[in-house]
Amino acid sequence: MAKMNMLQAINNALDLAMAKDDGVVCFGEDVGHFGGVFRATSKLQEKYGKARCFNTPLTEQGIAGFANGMAAQGMKPVAEIQFADYIFPAFDQIVNETAKFRYRSGNEFNVGGLVFRTPYGGGIAGGHYHSQSPEAYFAHTPGLKIVVPRDPYQAKGLLLASIACPDPVIFFEPKKLYRASIGEVPEEYYELPIGKAEILQQGKDVTVLGWGAQMEIIQKAVEMAAAEGISCEVIDLRSILPWDADTVAASVKKTGRLVINHEAPLTGGFAGEIAATIQGSCFLHLESPIERVCGMDTPYPLALEKEYVADHLKTFEAIKRSVNF
Amino acid sequence: MTNPNNATITTVHRAEFTASDALKIPTLRILKDDGSLYAEAEAPTLDKATALKMYDTMVFIRVLDERMLAAQRQGRISFYMQCLGEEATTVGSAAALTDLDMIMAQYREQGALRYRGFTLEQFMNQLFSNEKDLGKGRQMPVHYGSNAINYMTISSPLGTQIPQASGYAYAQKLRGLEAVTICYFGEGAASEGDFHAGLNMAAVHKAPVIFFCRNNGYAISTPANEQFVGDGIACRAVGYGMKSIRVDGADILAVFKATQMAREYALKHNEPVLIESMAYRLGAHSSSDDPSGYRSKEEEALWRKNDPIARYKAWLLQQGWLDEAADKAQTEQLRIDILDALKVAEKVAKPGIEHLISDVYAEPIPALQQQLDELKQHIRKYPDAYPITAGRLD
Repeated sequence: MAKMNMLQAINNALDLAMAKDDGVVCFGEDVGHFGGVFRATSKLQEKYGKARCFNTPLTEQGIAGFANGMAAQGMKPVAEIQFADYIFPAFDQIVNETAKFRYRSGNEFNVGGLVFRTPYGGGIAGGHYHSQSPEAYFAHTPGLKIVVPRDPYQAKGLLLASIACPDPVIFFEPKKLYRASIGEVPEEYYELPIGKAEILQQGKDVTVLGWGAQMEIIQKAVEMAAAEGISCEVIDLRSILPWDADTVAASVKKTGRLVINHEAPLTGGFAGEIAATIQGSCFLHLESPIERVCGMDTPYPLALEKEYVADHLKTFEAIKRSVNF
Repeated sequence: MTNPNNATITTVHRAEFTASDALKIPTLRILKDDGSLYAEAEAPTLDKATALKMYDTMVFIRVLDERMLAAQRQGRISFYMQCLGEEATTVGSAAALTDLDMIMAQYREQGALRYRGFTLEQFMNQLFSNEKDLGKGRQMPVHYGSNAINYMTISSPLGTQIPQASGYAYAQKLRGLEAVTICYFGEGAASEGDFHAGLNMAAVHKAPVIFFCRNNGYAISTPANEQFVGDGIACRAVGYGMKSIRVDGADILAVFKATQMAREYALKHNEPVLIESMAYRLGAHSSSDDPSGYRSKEEEALWRKNDPIARYKAWLLQQGWLDEAADKAQTEQLRIDILDALKVAEKVAKPGIEHLISDVYAEPIPALQQQLDELKQHIRKYPDAYPITAGRLD
């Protein structure tokens, strides 16, 4: 075990993956010698050479297309999109190509092994072009897997699992936690399961669900609720495509209540999908309406970020509304 | 002094533009219309077997196109795309490659596909989206693909294969393979952002890819002069620091020669090369298109005389490699074979219900399995409404 922040854990995962398989290649804007604007690929070019860790021209659609081609040839490209806000020029390559490669060819070709790593989310005073959480756009696309880690241990195990996965993965990294989240991380290779939620805390009154950077916020809200005698069950979804509906449904059947929290705007956000599924599978167990605590339906603000975000206080209020309905 | 701008700085002291037409790119032509060679031209090295395989492939796809367009008009298949007028372009280029080279096509490259060895049965199974289709009946007709012969499955969105070809070729290079990737696209698709992205990526990362532009004059109804202003597509390669060559696309010897050179150069130097092949899309864009709405019969008639097969046939006859009577008999037999294969393929069953969810992922995710189970129950309730699968749900 070693103490690592999330960036170090990601860097360590990439290092191990590249050492294990010479088909693993890391690239993106500023990813080479500089090691990425956040330093997630630090020292990898030095260690594995320019052919396997390199800068690309400034073209997200080019990066995604190039990655698709490499993966189709059988390599395992780990392509970085510098900010999730800039993934949209690559939207066609990801949605129409990456996601459908295996299906449309009848399994003649596939892009398994392809991972798009991209920092997402707010909390860094980044305004609307350095703070977005675009996971719901991609969750609407069959063929992709979407993973969001909450801490260094999760980031390493889930990233290694994503690279090993026979399906393409978008790996959203909560950039707010890159240096802020520090924890014990095994130094050796390990994978964590994609598609399995994790129950972080058992409880009986209400299930509180989230992923990525919101788990810290949920934790804070849950502690406030505990002080008022409310027992919360806390679930980290970890991947939203596929998402572990069984674990969530079992929890809601026990607690009778569900609060979902995400950073992205409310309308069309993934919380809506979870709420619809859970009201279907848990209808007779529900004691109160499913609560959604999300970003507002506006572009991500700058000066008024604090007011906008789905913070612990809004989550705490939603927990109380749910329990006192 | 360093060169942070990565550009040649030749200083002048009077302001002057570089002309937009400063670059003149010539067009390679080897064969005259009558099948003889231009005086200074040299035929590429071609053995008789290869030369005849090229010819047979051109004839095959012309007859296939005729027959399958008719099948579409009869309502037997939903859609079709001919390559009339462009047979030399795709066959000549494919013939200059080895089987290990990856082909990434746009959709009108059945010549390259056939040359690689795609069988008549495989064509038919794809066109009829039956259960023997390698693509499992998932894509519209003409979206062929085969791993075994290194022909990447076609994708409808235009230009997406261009940056993919760069990545594929880069991977071939990293793997140390003696192989290149050829990437076909039209002059219309060259307007897509993926064209710029793909060419620049290939040039910067030194990927052995041949970008093969089929400039056939039309993107559906939009003529090339409403698509771009520059001198064709070949001149753009220079902007990316890439070698390029323009050829007469109705001259199969010129196409073959240019592709041979491009392959050799790409492999030796790990660099991309661009070929622009000038032809004319004599047929409609697709079976859903009617060119009479945007071009004249006179224009078409003029280009019809520029038949790539006739020109090549004349050369073969002059070599003494082709027997006119045998050729005629072979073509007649081909018409019969194609019709027979069509009749077989249209009777083959459609893919089973499990292929609704297979290959979305390597293994179906739980939600998909559940959706399929629910669908099967529904079909059992209303079997008459779902005749393709109702009788074979288990």
